[in-house]
Amino acid sequence: MIWNTLTYTGWGRVHRATAQVARPERTTSLAAVQAETGAPAFGMCRSYGDSCLNDGGHAIDMTRMDRLLGFDAETGVLEVEAGARIGDIARRFAPDGWLPAVMPGTGFATIGGCIAHDVHGKNHHGAGSFGQHVVEITLMNGGKLQKVSSSKNVKLFRATIGGMGQTGTIVSAKIKLLTCKGDIITVTERRIENLDHFLEALDNSQSTYTVGWIDATATGEALGRGILEEAETGYGLVPDAKRSKPVPFNAPKWALSNPVVRLFNAAYFRRVPELGRTSVKPITEFFFPLDKLLEWNRLYGKRGFHQFQCVVPVSEAGVLRAMLDKIGNAGLASPLAVLKRMGSGRAGLMSFPMEGYTLAIDFPNRADAEPLIAELEDITEKAGGRVYLAKDATLNPVHLVKMYPEVAKFAKLVSEIDPDGMYETDQTRRLNIRSHA
Amino acid sequence: MSETWIILGATSSMARAFARAVSRNGAQVLLAGRDMKDLEASASDCSLQGAEIAEAVRFDARDANTFAPIVQRATALEGMINVAVFVGSMPTQDQIDADPSFIAGTVTDNYAGPATFLQVIAPAIEERGGGTVVGVGSVAGDRGRIGNYVYGSAKAGFHTYLSGLRNRLTRSGGHVVTVKPGFVDTAMTWGIEGMFLVASPDKIATDILNAVDKRKDVIYTPGFWRLIMGIIKAIPERVFKKLSV
Repeated sequence: MIWNTLTYTGWGRVHRATAQVARPERTTSLAAVQAETGAPAFGMCRSYGDSCLNDGGHAIDMTRMDRLLGFDAETGVLEVEAGARIGDIARRFAPDGWLPAVMPGTGFATIGGCIAHDVHGKNHHGAGSFGQHVVEITLMNGGKLQKVSSSKNVKLFRATIGGMGQTGTIVSAKIKLLTCKGDIITVTERRIENLDHFLEALDNSQSTYTVGWIDATATGEALGRGILEEAETGYGLVPDAKRSKPVPFNAPKWALSNPVVRLFNAAYFRRVPELGRTSVKPITEFFFPLDKLLEWNRLYGKRGFHQFQCVVPVSEAGVLRAMLDKIGNAGLASPLAVLKRMGSGRAGLMSFPMEGYTLAIDFPNRADAEPLIAELEDITEKAGGRVYLAKDATLNPVHLVKMYPEVAKFAKLVSEIDPDGMYETDQTRRLNIRSHA
Repeated sequence: MSETWIILGATSSMARAFARAVSRNGAQVLLAGRDMKDLEASASDCSLQGAEIAEAVRFDARDANTFAPIVQRATALEGMINVAVFVGSMPTQDQIDADPSFIAGTVTDNYAGPATFLQVIAPAIEERGGGTVVGVGSVAGDRGRIGNYVYGSAKAGFHTYLSGLRNRLTRSGGHVVTVKPGFVDTAMTWGIEGMFLVASPDKIATDILNAVDKRKDVIYTPGFWRLIMGIIKAIPERVFKKLSV
């Protein structure tokens, strides 16, 4: 059968959708699906909000189209099907000295998803966004294949990168891998006492990979304290990554209650000695730290959680203090928040990155979470920043134009390709994206 | 030492998972099926996963003319010759009730076709003094049930054939593994109601590879199906005929 009625969720599990889902395994079966109806595609559903959902409609699960189609060891260009997972590619190629140029925080993200959200990684300040390393994308619309690249169908190429699947099904792509020294990584961790020191440390970091973990429960003097991780790939032998373990059930409410999180964060902060430390580990442990805990989203219980991620311009770094203040006082914070310096690299009309600082933080889905996130979104908009749509489940559509100034151009092109709105998702409807055409 | 795996029905997701697994061990793989374009893509994948050689070859269970070229290609390669049979088809019992001519095709795809191929290649396997045949049957072949008995009987025939072939190949150092999967999450079962305890194709592939390494004769995968089928087989026919399980 082509269609299977499934109820599924994004990674945050706040929203769910019941849809008729097809799961093609070959190009011909994908064409057969599209002959019946156009539908948005999804991969591993690692986006947090509703960008992979199409409640009451149809959807295409691309995870079975996950093959490596070709690799040119001269140029490092890998052709790969859209359902392949970035972590599998890293594990396969790192021992040969190649790594995907950009990797998001989970290895379970698919190539299609990485393109559709123009994801960034811990090296954004140097390497830019994922889409900047995409050489060519093969799209399918109405059963017909079409190749787009920076030299062919450029407009469509730029709309597809970060385009949330609105320009058709991403079937495969050619992505440029970067050379690395090997499949181990040397990580230096040090404590950072407060936000000002953090921003300074991020600005001064010379490392290829840099990420900051923030204790979002800290207030006052310690506001914005955390741990800075800087890393470089290397070669040598380290014990294999430990096998992933699943979270067996939904955690009870108290598991991530405020006192527990405070204790956890304080312990996590002190885990790193005062003078810092350097360790060597398998690359996957650094790039995908939470993948060790399969289905860790269950830790937030069955009500799920939101992740708020914004980026604000360098000149507006001050608003981060206001945000962390609100978050610390709200008592809603989750164990770990992430702060990073972003470069200007972005590849699509609807790409998230901008030069500045990006802050990502989880909130359990309690009654006061959405009002708090709404406040943070307001602050972000006023600061000239933007909210990351791969994480979003709450953004007020009035903020969209200011955050994504090219949305009109995007919506116009998308409406030409998909006049009946068959590729719309719960997110594009909520954000009213097509209304900008 | 190099070895060859001929994978019949290589476009199926179970076969793909198995082909990947043997490719990671550096095998030479011949991916046999009808959708050549798709097989070419799988062959590229197998090469990049570590296969020494990976080629797409045409195989149609209903066309015996496609068999000899595959045997020729395999015998031209060095090392032991192994075959994994994933080919099969499963029309619904309703389709068959409406048009009994579906039976011939079902028997050919699940039993007569692959058995003919194995018969053709058996001397080549014997000549090399080793080699493994993996035959994917089904728990449906263990007992005829109202919902699926044509498919089940074709698989039962295949099981019996494999048992005989095992008897034969043992004499030359070869081996046959009969694999009886329960419900597997494939395109064939996608959207079918009443599935439970569904296993991923990767899990099945891992189980098969373990069985090959340990030279097991008959495996159920996932393993708990041995228990379930043990119970189902133990029900007296006089009771069973009134059940719809």
